[in-house]
Amino acid sequence: MGFGPFLLLALMESAVTAATLALTAVGLSLVFGVMRVVNVAHGEFFMLGAVAAWFITNFIGGPPWFAFLMALALAPLAVAAIAALADRLILKRLDYEPEATIVATIGLLYIFQQAALSFYGPQAMPVEPPFNFRIQLPWFGYSAYKLSVILLAALVLIGVWLFLTRSKAGLVMRATQVDRETAQAFGIDTDRVYAAVFALGAGLAAIAAVLIVPIAQAHYLMGHDPLLLAFITVIVGGLGSLRGTVIAAILIGLSDGLIAFFWSPTLAKILATLLVAMVLVFRPQGLFGARTT
Amino acid sequence: MLRIDGLSAGYGPVGVLHDLTLEARAAQITCIMGRNGAGKSTLMKCIMGLVPASRGSITLDGVALHSLPAHRVPGHGVAYVPQGRRLFGPLTVAENLQIGLMTRNMGDETRDRVLDLFPRLRERLDQVAATLSGGEQQMLAIGRALCLEPKVLLLDEPTEGLQPSMIALIRDVVLRLKETGVATILVEQRPDAVLQLADRVVFMANGTVADCSERADLSPDAPQFMAYVGV
Ligand SMILES: Nc1ncnc2c1ncn2[C@@H]1O[C@H](COP(=O)(O)OP(=O)(O)OP(=O)(O)O)[C@@H](O)[C@H]1O
Ligand SMILES: [Mg+2]
Repeated sequence: MGFGPFLLLALMESAVTAATLALTAVGLSLVFGVMRVVNVAHGEFFMLGAVAAWFITNFIGGPPWFAFLMALALAPLAVAAIAALADRLILKRLDYEPEATIVATIGLLYIFQQAALSFYGPQAMPVEPPFNFRIQLPWFGYSAYKLSVILLAALVLIGVWLFLTRSKAGLVMRATQVDRETAQAFGIDTDRVYAAVFALGAGLAAIAAVLIVPIAQAHYLMGHDPLLLAFITVIVGGLGSLRGTVIAAILIGLSDGLIAFFWSPTLAKILATLLVAMVLVFRPQGLFGARTT
Repeated sequence: MLRIDGLSAGYGPVGVLHDLTLEARAAQITCIMGRNGAGKSTLMKCIMGLVPASRGSITLDGVALHSLPAHRVPGHGVAYVPQGRRLFGPLTVAENLQIGLMTRNMGDETRDRVLDLFPRLRERLDQVAATLSGGEQQMLAIGRALCLEPKVLLLDEPTEGLQPSMIALIRDVVLRLKETGVATILVEQRPDAVLQLADRVVFMANGTVADCSERADLSPDAPQFMAYVGV
């Protein structure tokens, strides 16, 4: 295989990383943007999505495509429900105090991890992909499933964008993000908005996880890497800027994938972390965030 | 109409309002004057439920507003134009109005009426609110509140920092609303404006009502202005 096709293969692999990273990071960014909550447990919602997908596909059985579709529909809903509950039981009671919510979500991280260890176990287990054929390119065959992951992630992101910009519920979320008190003065139940945003953020991470789990297997510690990468993405993209988050996810996902493919995954993480440090020093508002004072 | 009885409120342990009693009647403009820090804005927030009442009651046509969560208050027909406008800055003019319309499920008719009052807003529906001029922002803040078709309108220093022509426009709108029966509570610092608009003037000091006078009993050199506003 020549260098050109090799690069193409690497790009396609990285695009899968970028696509799922974009979903995860947009979830984190939404939660931070609207609620000002730094959700350290975000990676665990990702993990829960994957584990739930494993349980659902095994419980339902039937043809792989059907089991997978059910997992894709139900796992994010289940994770979103857990997140809404966590918001009501914990974050709301802390009055969304920034420091307190960081500590609380660190606690949640361990609760979810230990719960997964207890009920799911320490092993990594795969979920069967919904379909298994390869698309034959002139130079190599490529998994059609991986391509569909990129496509689905893009569709979900467009859906989120349409929801936020075109729907009444999205308008209510954006108003709450700007000014919670004034939103209440216009009849908006901001407690409900917060619960919905936290659920939506967690649900997006769960969708990313369901998409990735036929490729990467479910494991109770799998939330670490997505959390780190999502944080890096949100900071580089500009806190609370969804457009910036998506662009940063593509940049970071692609470069992370390429570096990991040609050199080593560790080098990729080192460079990404270095990038965050540079951004924080030279452009603290993020590459695409508006400068606020 | 709107009755406030023995109201006390504050921020955490700090008391700001003390045993405040006040009434706003339909088709009347009640002006509130007082020095900086007297508690005028706190009173407005307290009516909206944004600052909880620690004592006393706020009732609108028999409904106990003080026991409702903040987001349930505007549904009863109380609209609020906060001090400093507090627009949803990154949202467009149309979206800001939409938020107001959604509060009480008002439709295009209401929206058209509001835009007829402020034609400048109609030309700028797709403009981002934060990029409007100060006067246009104030029109939008008032327009957004009028989208509720309110029974009670709270205006907290709506003419702060505006030029005379804009102030005159806002005065006309407030007078027109009065004719439709709206009970208006207007926080205003300038005696000349108050004398033009008010039916009654409430002077606040140290978080309570220090004096309440009918418009007819006040002249530009009334001692209350000197005593409670310092002009
Ligand atoms: N969010 C807050 N937290 C704590 N104290 C507050 C808060 N908002 C206002 N205060 C205090 O409450 C008191 C009354 O403030 P308020 O804003 O009601 O005054 P005001 O009469 O509207 O003054 P101004 O004419 O300057 O608008 C002040 O002493 C102020 O410092
Ligand atoms: Mg004030």
